[in-house]
Amino acid sequence: MQLSLDTFLLGAFVYLTAAVISVPIATRLGLGSVLGYLIAGMLIGPSVLGFVGSEGQDVLHFAEFGVIVMLFLIGLELQPSKLWTLRKPILGLGGMQVIGTAAALALALILFGLGWQTSITIGLILAMSSTAIVLQSLAERGQLKTSGGQAVFSVLLFQDIAVIPILALLPLLAAGGGAPAPETHGYLGSLPAWQQALVVFAAVALIVLAGRYLMRPLFRLIAMTGLREIFVALALALVVGITLLMETVGLSPALGTFLAGVLLAESEYRHELEMDLEPFKGILLAVFFIAVGAGIDFKLIATEPVLIFGGVLAFILVKLVVLYAIARFARMKPPRASLFSFSLAQGGEFAFVLISFAGGLGLLALAEANMLVAIVALSMAAAPLLMMLDAKIIQPRFESQGFRREADKIDQTGSQAIILGHGRFGMTVGRVLAANGSRATVLDHDVEQIDALRKFGFKVFYGDATREDLMQAAGAADAKILVVAIDNREKINEIVQMARRNFPHLEIFARAFDRTHAYELLNAGVEHVYREVFDSSLALAEDALVALGTHPYEAARALRLFRRHDETLIRRTARHAGDIDTIVDISRAAQAEIERVLSGDQQPRPDYSPDRGWGALAEVAQDPRSMSENEEKAAS
Amino acid sequence: MGILYLASFMKILILFAHPRLSGSHVQRTLSDAVSSLSGVTFHDLYAAYPDFTIDVAREQALLAEHDVIVLQHPFYWYSAPAIIKEWLDLVLELGWAYGPGGDKLHRKFLMNAISTGGADAAYRRHGRNRFEITDLLSPFNQSAHLCGMAYLEPFVVFAGRWLTAEDLALKASDYQGLIEGLRDGHIDPMTRLAKAYALPLAFEAQRLQKKRHAT
Repeated sequence: MQLSLDTFLLGAFVYLTAAVISVPIATRLGLGSVLGYLIAGMLIGPSVLGFVGSEGQDVLHFAEFGVIVMLFLIGLELQPSKLWTLRKPILGLGGMQVIGTAAALALALILFGLGWQTSITIGLILAMSSTAIVLQSLAERGQLKTSGGQAVFSVLLFQDIAVIPILALLPLLAAGGGAPAPETHGYLGSLPAWQQALVVFAAVALIVLAGRYLMRPLFRLIAMTGLREIFVALALALVVGITLLMETVGLSPALGTFLAGVLLAESEYRHELEMDLEPFKGILLAVFFIAVGAGIDFKLIATEPVLIFGGVLAFILVKLVVLYAIARFARMKPPRASLFSFSLAQGGEFAFVLISFAGGLGLLALAEANMLVAIVALSMAAAPLLMMLDAKIIQPRFESQGFRREADKIDQTGSQAIILGHGRFGMTVGRVLAANGSRATVLDHDVEQIDALRKFGFKVFYGDATREDLMQAAGAADAKILVVAIDNREKINEIVQMARRNFPHLEIFARAFDRTHAYELLNAGVEHVYREVFDSSLALAEDALVALGTHPYEAARALRLFRRHDETLIRRTARHAGDIDTIVDISRAAQAEIERVLSGDQQPRPDYSPDRGWGALAEVAQDPRSMSENEEKAAS
Repeated sequence: MGILYLASFMKILILFAHPRLSGSHVQRTLSDAVSSLSGVTFHDLYAAYPDFTIDVAREQALLAEHDVIVLQHPFYWYSAPAIIKEWLDLVLELGWAYGPGGDKLHRKFLMNAISTGGADAAYRRHGRNRFEITDLLSPFNQSAHLCGMAYLEPFVVFAGRWLTAEDLALKASDYQGLIEGLRDGHIDPMTRLAKAYALPLAFEAQRLQKKRHAT
C-alpha cells in the first residue's frame, strides 16, 4: 500500500484525536482506558463516522508492534529465576486452557453441524485471548503482580507459544480436508521439517546468546555516549530486529522480545529501557485498540445480528466455564478463579492472524472468516466490560461471603484496635502494636497478603472495610481505636464518614496522602491525621542537616519544632481549605515565624527562641559586673 | 596514699553534654582543647543520642574500658543538662554499678568539668548562689561513692561568657593540661580528690591487699 505523508499524518491525527477525546471520558466513567480506545475506534471506523477506512487492517498489523513492545517490557520485569518458578502455571494452566477451550468449542460446533476440521480450527482460533487488552487492563488496576494476575499472564504466555504449533497444525487439518496446499509461512515454510526445527532453535539461541553477552556491553557503550536518543534508538532497533528475526523464522515476535526482555531483566539498563520504551508501547497499544474498534464491521453485524451476538455470547460463556473449571481444578479460591476466568474470556489479536491463515488454507469460507473476525472483535470490546463485571459485582460478593466464613473468629478476638489495610503503612502500625502487646484486628482486601500474614501470626481478615456490617463483625463496637491505613484516598474518606456515623466512640487514626487530603480528614472531624510521607521527609531533612554540619541534637530538635509547628499550622488552616488566599496568608506568616524560631542561634531573638534557657541569655542577671556590693564582698 | 597509688597511664572518657553547642562559646572552646587528644575518648552524648534513647550496653562497655570518667557540661540550674541525668539513670544499673555484684566501676575516677554563668564569688555561703560548687555537686559526689569510685575536685570555668579571649584560651589550656596530666600519669588523681572525700571501701580493700603484698 502506498501511503503518502499527508494520508499518514491525517490518519495519525484522527487516531490521536479520537484517543484524546474518548479516553478521558471513559476513565472518568470508570470504564478504563482500553474500552475508551475501543469505543473511539468504533466511532471513527467505517461503520459510524468513516474517518478511517479499509486501511484499518494494516494499521492493526502495524500497531501489533505495541503488543510486542509490551511483552518486551513485561519480560524486563521478570527475572529468569522468577520465570522459572512460573513454568508450572505456564505449562499446566496454559496447556489446559488452550486444549480445553479448543476442544469444548470444537465439540459444540460439531454438534452445531459444522465440519470437524473447521470446528477444530475455529476452536483453536477462539482459544486465544487478547494479551494486549488483558495485560493493559490488569496493569491499570494494579493486579498484574497479584497471584491471580500471574496465573492470567502465564496462560497468555503459553498462548503466545502455542501459536507456533497451531500454525503448523492447521495445514495438516487442511490436508485432511482435501484443501489446497498451504501457503508457505515465512522463510521457514520452504525447508524440510528438521531444518525448520534447527532454524527455530538457532534463532532462539541467537537471542539468548546475544542477550547474555552482546547486549549489555553494547548498551554500556551507547550509554557512555550520553546521547539519550541513541539509547532509545538502540532499544527500538533491538525490539524491531527481534521481531524481524522471529517473523522470518515463523516464531511469535512477542515471544522473542519477551525472551530478550527476560534476559535483560537483571541488567543495569533495565529501568532506562523501561522508561524509554514505555511511551512507544502506550501509543502503539492505543492505536492497536482503536484499530480493533474500527475493524468491527457493523454492517455485517446488522445483517446477522442473532448469529453474531449469539455467537459472541455462547463463545464467551464456553470460555468462562472452561476457564473456571480449570481454575478450580488448579485449586484457586473462588475470587481468584473468577478474576482468572473473566480476564481471559475473550478472543485475541492472534485470532486475526490465525483467521487469515486458515482462510488461506481454505479451512474457513470467506463468510465464516468475516463473521469470526466480527465475533472476536466484539468479544474483545466486551473484555473490559467483563473484567469490570468481575471487579465491581462478582468480587464484592466473594468478599462478603469470604468474610462471613471468618466472622466468628473475628468476634472472638476482642482486640482494642482495628487496622484497616495492612500494606506498607498499616503493617508498621500493626507490628509496633503487636510488639507492645496489643494485637490488632487487621482487615485487608489482598488475599495473598492475608495468607502470608497469617503465617506470621497476624490476625488478618479479608474484606472491604467500607462495609458497616463488616466493621461490626470486626468488633468495632468494642474496640477503642480505628486505624485507617489503606492506600485509597476516596475509600479512606468513605470509611471515616461511615465510622463516625456508626461508631462514634471509636478514636480514628487516619492515613492522609498529602496536605489537601489531611485538610479533608481534619474537616471530616478526624483528630489524628498522618500525612504518609511527612515524617520520613522530616527524618531525611534531619539527617541532611547533620550531614551539612549541624549538631545532631540541634538538628533533631529543629525538626521536632518544625514538625509541631507544621502540625499546628495544618490544623489552623484546615477550616480554610479551598480558600487558597487565606491559607497562603496564614502559611506565609507561619513560615516567617518558624524561620525566626529555628534561626534563633544565628540571630538571638529571646522573644522567639524556645531554648534560650540553654544559651547564656538567662545568665545575664549574673553578670559579675552587675553584682551587688554584698556579693562583691563575698567574692573577694 | 599517693605513694601507694603509683602514677600510671590512665584511659580517659569524657562524657560531653550540651544541647545547643552552636550557641556555646565556652564549652566549644573546652571541647576543642580535649576532643582529639590521643588516649582520650570524647563522647558527645547529645550527638550520640539526639532522641535520648541511650544504648546502655554500649555506654557500660565504654565505662569498663576507661579509668577516669569526666562529665563535661554547662552547670545548668546548679546541675547538668537533662541527658546527663538520663545517662546516670539508665547506665549505672543495680548489680552493675552498685549493689550486689555491682563492682564494674570500682576504683575508677569521676570528675565534673563544668562552666557556670555566675562568678566564682557567687558560689559562696554568703554569695548569690548560697552554696559552694562542691556542695552543689554533691549528688555526683555521692553517686561516685556509691559506685566505689573516687570523686575528684571539679574543673570549673566561672562566668565563662564574660572571660576575655585570652583568659578563655588559658582556661582551655589548663583543662587540656589536666586531662593530659591524668592520662600520662603526671598528675596522680589521688592527689586531686574532692575536698573531704572519704574513699569508698573498694579503695580500702585494694590498699589493704597491696599492703599485704608488701609485707
